[in-house]
This record gives sequence, structure tokens and C-alpha cells, in this order.
Amino acid sequence: MEKEIKKSSLSVSENGIEKKTTQKRLEVLKTYKIYIGGQFPRTESGRYYVASSAAGKQLANVCLSSRKDFRDAVVAARNAFGGWSNRAAFNRGQILYRMAEMLEGRKAQFIEELIQQDTSRSKAEKEVNLAIDRLIYYSGWCDKFQQVFSAVNPVATSHFNFSVPEPTGVVSIIAPQQDGLIGLVSVIAPVIAGGNTCIVLASESKPLCSVTFAEVINSSDMPAGVVNILTGKPSELASWFVNHMDVNATIYCEKDSSVQKMMQDKAALNVKRIFFYDKINWNSDEGQSPYFIMDTQEIKTTWHPIEHIAGSGGGY
Amino acid sequence: MPKTGMLTTIPDFTLTPRIDQVGAEERASRFTKRSIKKEAKVNGLKLVLNMIDLTTLEGKDTEGKVKQLCYKAMHLHDALPGLPAVAAVCVYPTMVKTAKNALKGSGIKVASVATGFPSGQASRDVKIRDTRYAVDNGADEVDMVISRGKFHAGEYNYVFDEIAAVKEACGEARLKVILETSDLITFDKIRRASDIAMYAGADFIKTATGKIQPPSSMPVALIMIEAIRDFYYKTGKMVGMKPAGGISKAKVALHYLVMVKEVLGEAWMNNHWFRFGASSLANDVLMQIMKEKTGVYQCASYFSID
Repeated sequence: MEKEIKKSSLSVSENGIEKKTTQKRLEVLKTYKIYIGGQFPRTESGRYYVASSAAGKQLANVCLSSRKDFRDAVVAARNAFGGWSNRAAFNRGQILYRMAEMLEGRKAQFIEELIQQDTSRSKAEKEVNLAIDRLIYYSGWCDKFQQVFSAVNPVATSHFNFSVPEPTGVVSIIAPQQDGLIGLVSVIAPVIAGGNTCIVLASESKPLCSVTFAEVINSSDMPAGVVNILTGKPSELASWFVNHMDVNATIYCEKDSSVQKMMQDKAALNVKRIFFYDKINWNSDEGQSPYFIMDTQEIKTTWHPIEHIAGSGGGY
Repeated sequence: MPKTGMLTTIPDFTLTPRIDQVGAEERASRFTKRSIKKEAKVNGLKLVLNMIDLTTLEGKDTEGKVKQLCYKAMHLHDALPGLPAVAAVCVYPTMVKTAKNALKGSGIKVASVATGFPSGQASRDVKIRDTRYAVDNGADEVDMVISRGKFHAGEYNYVFDEIAAVKEACGEARLKVILETSDLITFDKIRRASDIAMYAGADFIKTATGKIQPPSSMPVALIMIEAIRDFYYKTGKMVGMKPAGGISKAKVALHYLVMVKEVLGEAWMNNHWFRFGASSLANDVLMQIMKEKTGVYQCASYFSID
């Protein structure tokens, strides 16, 4: 952001003598907007907050999303759910891989943003690389976790009985506060890999990468509404994230026990699934696992009558 | 203020007022800026429910589907006691009898489309018989379509006479005249068709069949509402308004109420003079009422299927 292009030019000063001056280019700054239904609107509320570095340097004016933005995002996510969950699992894998490709191409920008948000260069590079690898990891799992977690069950009647995981629906996520990029990617990827759609509240203190990541998603053939990213205050939005009747699961990544308690209470309203990822180091291998995918899956068991063919005994 | 019963001369319809399109759009957009919250919102939403013509007009409609719709009309959302009923159920003529039986004793009216709905491309004779069939089967209201082809050809007398003939065939039933505004294309023509329909005896004018795109918009409805106002000032007769097609959100319905209130006034704010033709609006309104009651955003899965 601090780069400036110096141009030398000749101009005529007051006394008519030619003199060399330096022009500072007015830099074009990005407006950090939210991402709902494949669009980049400003918050409906018109509010914003200032994201700044630890040293107090102003980085950007960021949308302070309201509950109505969240509501709009849930509508977008619900509309996107049918199409996304019905896609071939392989195709979902392709799209996640595409996200990794796009992220790779914009690495430099993410590293810059992480550095602005007080990460050292070497750590920032590591974090971005890990985020790319993590997308590839979940891309691979898209069409494989079903085999691993499905089962054919032995039953005493003449039924073919099998259990398969199916996506739970719309998932609301309050992303980790500390890890601006890797935290965000680590919570989004398993949810969408499993065929869910989601609304994510990005880190309040480190929101820059989340908006840029939305741009990555937007150029990855991802259908509109599958991922919706809001910026704002968890303290204001947490209760709305968990009491919306049209949200099927909520993920919360902080240790605040009063918020966790509140979430457990409110989630009971529509028996929402609720997960606290509050002890996970997203920068290590424990931050990726197919079990994260399974958290937002429901196991559906089917009893299928077996025809008794020519006295041949049970079979299918 | 004009008095009812005063002599109505039928004007030259080629001289109906021209419409300033930019002005109409600007004016209509203002109605969407009112802030209606809390108690006022709930009251508004309940009024909207009470003005809905719950509609099913599909080629695949069966008696079972119509019965189910009638049940829904009488039991909008039993989890919320004290809700008003919808104004009417709107079906094809062949389903009128089924609907009439299903709604017996509920006070909900049965409206039937007629006259070769939705294209209106049928002979006068067929249209009249279509209307009589609906009325004989018990329809309380008839929704007719005008002959847009004749209208575009400038045969205003034909269109006028047809509406008058259908009105006669309706007998006691109230007649809603569908202009199908997307077929009429320009705002000038929408105003002209509104005038023709009202002078020919329409009890309601209605925007659209809901069968073609784009659906009617607020500026279109505004033009028709202003035509109703002008007609009232000229003749002293009230005519009802029914926007239909594309109104599926509670918020939009509230915008329409604001428009009616500000252009026509309190007298039109009931289901005798204003209706919404809609199939999915009712559920959205119910979800908003539930949201106001519980403070929690709602999920469509907990409401009946349209």
C-alpha cells in the first residue's frame, strides 16, 4: 500500500525557470466489501469500522455487517444449497481445486495483507502456502469421504441396509479471530466439500484476507451463494448466527464460554448442530481432517427390501 | 366530490392521458422508502393476508391440489392463532365446484379465471359461455382477460363491448378485468386499457395473469391506481385493484399497501377493493409475522407447501 511511483517531469515554476519536480501517484485503494450470493454489496446498514494494525495504522474501512446482511446471506445460501449438494462430488472437488489455483495466483496479495496485519513475512508465506495446500487436501476428499464413512449394515431381516453421509444444509460459521487466512480456509473448506453452503463471519481484527478470499471464490466457478462472507463483530452477530431457523449447523471457533453457553441455548430452538473448534491449531496438521467434513454431515440410513430370487437366499 | 348515479359519458379512449414514464417510476420508487416496523408492520401483514387471492392456475391442477389449497386458505398457519383468512381462492372454471364445496361455510370466496385465460384468444361466444360456466358452478368472482390483439389493433370498441358482455354474463359475480400489462408494453396503453375496462363495467382491474414475463411492476400498478382515482373523481364509482404476478415477498406487498393508501386512501384498504393475486406471498407473510412474534428468522420448511 505504501508503494509510490515517482515520476519525473518538467514544469515551469513561477519565475519561468524550468524545474524538475516529483509527482506522487494517488494510489487506488480497494473497498473491502462483503460477499453475499455471488455479489459484493456494501452492508445494508451502511456502517463500517476501521481495521488497523497493532501499531495503530489504519488499513481499511471494513463493512460492519448487520443481522439483515446475515439474513440475506442465509437466503442466498439456502437457494444455493440444492444445486451445490446435487452436484457430482467430483465436480465439487474440481471447484475446490480451482480455488487453490486462484489462490496460488494471488499469493503475493495475500502475503502483503497478512504482513499489514502484523504477521512476519516468513510466517505469512507459510500461512498462504498452507491455505493453498489445505484447499487441495479437501478438494481430494470431496469424492472420497463418502466411501470411507458409508457402511453396509448387517440386519436380521431381508433388507439391504446402508448408511451414507448427506450434507446437513446451511451452516453459519464464526471464523477464528487469530488466523486471518488459514483459519478462514480451514473452516470453509470442509463444510463446502461436503456439499453444504455457508455464511462466514470473518475475523474482526484481521478481515482483509477474507474479502480478498471472496474474490478468489468468485473466480473459481463456485456457484453464487455457496460461500457468503461477512465482516463485522461476533459480539453483535453471534446470537443471530445461531438462532436463525433456516440454519442447520453453527461453527464457533473462539473460547468465550459465555458465547458458547448462549449458542447452546439458542441452538436448541431448531435442534441445530453446534461445534466449537476452540482448541485447534489451524497452522498444524490437526487443522485438517475428514472428520471436519463429517461434522456437518447427517447419516442417512436406507432399508431396501431384497427380492427373494428363486430361493437363492438373501442377496442384492 | 362527485355523487354516485351521475351520468357517465363514455370518453374517446384515444384521448386518455399520456403517462410520464420517468415520473411514474420515480413516484413508485418513493413508496418503497417508508419505514414500517413492529406493530404497524404486523397489522400491515395481517391486512395483506386478508387481501390475498390464493391462486393455483396450472395445467396440472387436480381436484386434490385444489382441495389442498382450499384447506390451506382456511388454515394458514395453525401454530399462529388469530390470523385472518385469505380473501378468495382463485382457480380455473373446471375447479370452481371443487373449491366451492371445499370452502363451504368458511366465508372465503371462490374466484375463477375465464374467457380463454391466459391468452384470451377465443371467440366471443366461447368467452361468454366460459364465464357462465364459472358463475353457474358458484364462482363469486370472475377474472377475465382482455383481447390484447384487438387492443393493439386499435379496436377499442371491440374490447369495450367484450368486457361489457362478460360483465352481463357475470350477473351477481364481481368482475376483475386482467389487462396483462406486459402484453400492453407501454404505460400509455396500460392507462388506456384501464379506462376502457372501468367504463365497460369492471369491478376490479387486475395487472397480469402471472403467466408471462416480466411480471407487472409497481409503476404499472401505480398507473392503474391513478386511473382508478381519476375514474372515481369523474364518475363517483369505486373500482377495485388487484396486482398479480411476481409479488412473492411480504415487504413488496407492504409497499403496495403504502401506494394504495397514499393514492386512493383509506376506503380502498380492505379486501373488497384491493386484492393480491399470489401463490407464494402468503407463506412469506406468515414467516414475517412469525418473525415479529418470536424474534427469530424463520425457515420455509416449517410452513405449508404452496
